[in-house]
Amino acid sequence: MKKITNLKEFACTPDRFQGGHRLCPGCAHGMIVREVVNATDDDLVISTATGCLEVCSAIYPYTSWDVSWLHIGFENAAAGISGAEAMYKALSRKNRSYNPDKNVKFVAFGGDGGTYDIGFQSLSGATERGHDFLYVCLDNEGYMNTGGQRSSSTPVGAHTTTSPRGRVSYGEKNRKKDLTMIMAAHGCPYVATAVPGTKHWKDLATKAAKAISTVGPTFINALSPCTTEWKFKPEDTTEIADLAVETCMFPLYEIEDGHKLTITYRPKQKIPVEEYLGRQGRFAHLFKPENKWVIEEIQKQIDEYWEYLQRREEAGV
Amino acid sequence: MATPKDMMTTWDKIQPGAVLPSFEDPEHKVRSKFNSFNYKVADWRVEKPVFNRDLCIDCDFCWVSCPDSCFIVEEVENKRGKKQAKIVGINYNLCKGCGVCVDVCPTPIKSLLMFPEFMDNEEALKQWPTKDDKK
Ligand SMILES: Cc1ncc(C[n+]2csc(CCOP(=O)(O)OP(=O)(O)O)c2C)c(N)n1
Ligand code: SF4
Ligand code: SF4
Ligand code: SF4
Repeated sequence: MKKITNLKEFACTPDRFQGGHRLCPGCAHGMIVREVVNATDDDLVISTATGCLEVCSAIYPYTSWDVSWLHIGFENAAAGISGAEAMYKALSRKNRSYNPDKNVKFVAFGGDGGTYDIGFQSLSGATERGHDFLYVCLDNEGYMNTGGQRSSSTPVGAHTTTSPRGRVSYGEKNRKKDLTMIMAAHGCPYVATAVPGTKHWKDLATKAAKAISTVGPTFINALSPCTTEWKFKPEDTTEIADLAVETCMFPLYEIEDGHKLTITYRPKQKIPVEEYLGRQGRFAHLFKPENKWVIEEIQKQIDEYWEYLQRREEAGV
Repeated sequence: MATPKDMMTTWDKIQPGAVLPSFEDPEHKVRSKFNSFNYKVADWRVEKPVFNRDLCIDCDFCWVSCPDSCFIVEEVENKRGKKQAKIVGINYNLCKGCGVCVDVCPTPIKSLLMFPEFMDNEEALKQWPTKDDKK
């Protein structure tokens, strides 16, 4: 496991995810991916599900990846990476590996559409088979690459093109699916949530390093603020991510061996969720008098969930 | 059979089942001309960040949060002989002008500021705010 002590040292790492990709200015996908691939010195094989990251980092004839990289469908990033991992193991066993004395690690990236919804079957299957890989979900709470449709990760109240705000609707009505807990329930040896940005950079890098060095299927759910569809200024990306943590809208925790939960960051003072919602155009309509109750409802859900996390941590189950 | 070194040069030599070594050694970094590092996204920019070496404290916040890997880093040794990163500049071919780096820069007078795209960097450095400008 790569030891990441401080940023001054970490920043000496040569980048393995290059710029020149075509993600929107300020896109959090770029920040998260860079940190994850730089968090290990091992050779990497990566598969990326269709979505913003994949289409933006591999525009013919260019590639942004300084690691082996697999272009895979929207629905099977986990199946692809588990196939590569199984093949690598088989070749190593037959002494046909090209670099036998090197550690090779396997990582898959998918958007929330490719993870919570359409790629869930392949992720669940790969986990069940116990392949040795890390799956990172870039959770921007919608199908952003195809124009911002809702996904099962879209939070209550958010405006998307398929859960539009209007005279009769306040936006998304279903609750965000709790994928992190679902992955923990699969019995993954390591599952965690993370956010990009300077405040929690170490949290993300350490979790990535830990997940990559853990044998077996591991999962990181990383909140990825999307400037284009969440509608905020590009320079605010890291602030929005920090607010999600400070309001407990997206709490930071990890679960080991499927049950041992640890909260990795505890806000000194939980900020009211308005602060987070008010910074994003997709929630602007919630501040109309007739929709105020939705904000109260969201706050209630957050409080309950935060309470639940703390109780579980205390109980150590 | 293709050796890993051959494989780094052309994609058609990769054999099924091959795992490519990552190009981690900066001295010998073999980047194909098809690496997006060699592409320019500068035309996305309206404003550009200008870097002021005199104010920078090398906290590397900008390095970790830039989504486009723009910050050019030099590895130096600190007083205790430990390696650390020193920011030496911005790769303007890769920068899209999002402004995240300016936002996260923690120095009392920012070491990174946005200036109009057409302005000369020398000129921008001359116009840098001082302590007295605050308030
Ligand atoms: C089987 C299949 N259905 C639909 C598509 C079209 N498609 C491409 S990207 C995308 C949305 C991706 O959303 P998400 O996974 O959340 O990633 P994001 O773009 O938000 O990063 C869709 C629907 C596809 N490529 N394959
Ligand atoms: S649409 Fe959103 S997620 Fe996609 S590249 Fe743009 S900012 Fe990133
Ligand atoms: S403006 Fe954005 S892309 Fe340019 S160097 Fe700063 S963080 Fe990187
Ligand atoms: S964030 Fe500012 S002070 Fe820190 S390394 Fe970058 S330019 Fe220097």
